[in-house]
Amino acid sequence: MSVTVFVPRDSTALALDADAVAAAVLAEARRRGADPTLVRNGSRGLFWLEPLLEVATAAGRIAYGPVTVADVPGLFDAGFLAGGAHRSRQGPSEAIPYLARQRRVTMRRIGVVDPRSLSDYLANGGGEGLTRARAMAPADIVRVVIESGLRGRGGAAFPTGLKWRTVLDAPAARKYIVCNADEGDSGTFADRLSMEADPFGLIEGIAIAGLAVGASGAYIYVRSEYPHALAALDAALAAATDWLDGFRIEVRKAAGAYVCGEETALLESLEGRRGIVRAKPPLPAVAGLFGQPTVVNNVVTLASVPDILARGAASYRELGVDRSRGTLPFQLAGNLKHGGLVEVPFGRTLRELLYDFGGGSRSGRPLRAVQVGGPLGAYLPASRFDTVLDYETLAAIGATLGHGGIVAFDDTVDMAKQARHAMAFCARESCGKCTPCRIGATRGVEVIDRLRGGKPGQSELLRSLCDTMIHGSQCAMGSMTPLPVLSALDHFPEDFR
Amino acid sequence: MNATLQTILSRHGDRDGALLPVLHEIQDALGYVPAEAVPLIAKALNLARAEVHGVLTYYRHFRQTPPGRHVVRICRAEACQSVGADALAAHAEKRLGCGFDETTPDGLVTLEAVYCLGQCAVGPALLIDETAVHAAVGPDRFDALIDALEPRK
Ligand SMILES: Cc1cc2nc3c(=O)[nH]c(=O)nc-3n(C[C@H](O)[C@H](O)[C@H](O)COP(=O)(O)O)c2cc1C
Ligand code: SF4
Ligand code: FES
Repeated sequence: MSVTVFVPRDSTALALDADAVAAAVLAEARRRGADPTLVRNGSRGLFWLEPLLEVATAAGRIAYGPVTVADVPGLFDAGFLAGGAHRSRQGPSEAIPYLARQRRVTMRRIGVVDPRSLSDYLANGGGEGLTRARAMAPADIVRVVIESGLRGRGGAAFPTGLKWRTVLDAPAARKYIVCNADEGDSGTFADRLSMEADPFGLIEGIAIAGLAVGASGAYIYVRSEYPHALAALDAALAAATDWLDGFRIEVRKAAGAYVCGEETALLESLEGRRGIVRAKPPLPAVAGLFGQPTVVNNVVTLASVPDILARGAASYRELGVDRSRGTLPFQLAGNLKHGGLVEVPFGRTLRELLYDFGGGSRSGRPLRAVQVGGPLGAYLPASRFDTVLDYETLAAIGATLGHGGIVAFDDTVDMAKQARHAMAFCARESCGKCTPCRIGATRGVEVIDRLRGGKPGQSELLRSLCDTMIHGSQCAMGSMTPLPVLSALDHFPEDFR
Repeated sequence: MNATLQTILSRHGDRDGALLPVLHEIQDALGYVPAEAVPLIAKALNLARAEVHGVLTYYRHFRQTPPGRHVVRICRAEACQSVGADALAAHAEKRLGCGFDETTPDGLVTLEAVYCLGQCAVGPALLIDETAVHAAVGPDRFDALIDALEPRK
């Protein structure tokens, strides 16, 4: 029987040369008369070990990483096809502490399955949620999602089931599911990994949402910066036609505007217009895509649904703390030794993620600032590293969990420069609808420049400008850009002198 | 070019919200969306020319002029900043002899900034053309990638 070797094909593995490693493994095997079966799985999210090669043995899958092309002959010499000892051997994949200490629920199949194979998905527990949903009344599906406590993972943390109920109850001939796969936040890649490594999980979640509200079709709006996610979805959808039983899911490619991650700008874009934020109300759940009731949900939100249906609301709800139920796939990014995807129940501290998982800084220097929740999230100083990670605790300290991105900086960071970047990014990406955001962000850059130049009175001016943006902006682009700016100013005033 | 446009337009005419998919296909086929395409798109999709122009210019992904033979997009967002993206950007400008949103004099490379490629754990990251993502790119690796674009014969 042929040995199975796994070499990931998600974009992180590819960006670290996984294709060349896969080719080298096949070539070396041929040279030695071996005939392994190569499976191109997705990454397990332990990115510092990529390319992470795995081999299926009687004792389970054994991991080797990071593997370079030059390592391949040595791996064969070491008998890696039988799990032999080698410098890069990490032991049984699932026993690697970084993975073993996680609670993979939504992301349970990433790295395990072949993302191009529906049968592999179904053989690994996929599909059970949809099968159950098909036998349920729509209102019962919605009830399970409400009971699970699942809240939107795109940033606003709105209860998913309540949103679905609004759409279910809205009378309309056509309704839509729109999956928000715009993932524009720096420091985030959970959506990407979900699409690239387990696309059928997302597709199943969308199909269940469709049944729950009686949708006539669905769109997945994917950012253009994610070519490999787009390809993975196209391939998976082509394989899923029969399984979906007539429910149509269409992939739409975005075009490089951060603000199109905002749900109403996204809908404008899907309708073929400029991505300008719409006034609310009406909510998309009442009048969304083409004026019809529409569920807009993030990728991770939808990908969490199959498991909730398959295992019941309680299995999800029992994880987490307070009003933050279930798990969140945190994304450890920036200057960390062990960057990657860490799915754990809400309630861990920032410090645990930064040090127990992240291993501290990559540079070896002390960590000084951490931005949580993307470019609209606050910068937290070391004195805040014991903050518990759940929605309400973060909000209480003037921060946000957002989409779960955690970006670490060492002590070489210039926080005035980071504050300036936040304003410049807002100026660049503003949809232009409201003045405090459109003009305010440009003024913000100028004020920070003068402040850094030593001009007196500028920090008061910056604070008042932020106040105007917070209260006068229509969406979070303008109203939350002050979060990184003010947190930098509050926690690191010495950098602004 | 007209034949390409007509084929694309005939394929999407009756699709809901067809404008972005149409612009994508045109750019994928031609490398940019030429000004002459705007009235044709407007007619086929039953839109005002101003509307098509407005959308074309709103989205950064779409170009109205042909780029260099290769497009190199360097991530300049926060996570990559924390591991040296600014230094990489400065190195790239020096090595290529052009700034961001510019093309090298020989037409080889158009250099652009991008804000996140989803490789935030293994930055600095960059994207070459449509699909070639590279992670952990320092100056040496950058030079090697550029050298490999069009190897001298
Ligand atoms: C400027 C801006 C950008 C956003 N970007 C995203 C995004 O990339 N992905 C996302 O899911 N939500 C994003 N959101 C949040 C969406 O507006 C919306 O709340 C979300 O898609 C709803 O899905 P959820 O309830 O599953 O989180 C953004 C919001 C704003 C204001
Ligand atoms: S806050 Fe900015 S991005 Fe949001 S609607 Fe206003 S101008 Fe547009
Ligand atoms: S911040 Fe550079 S890839 Fe995400």
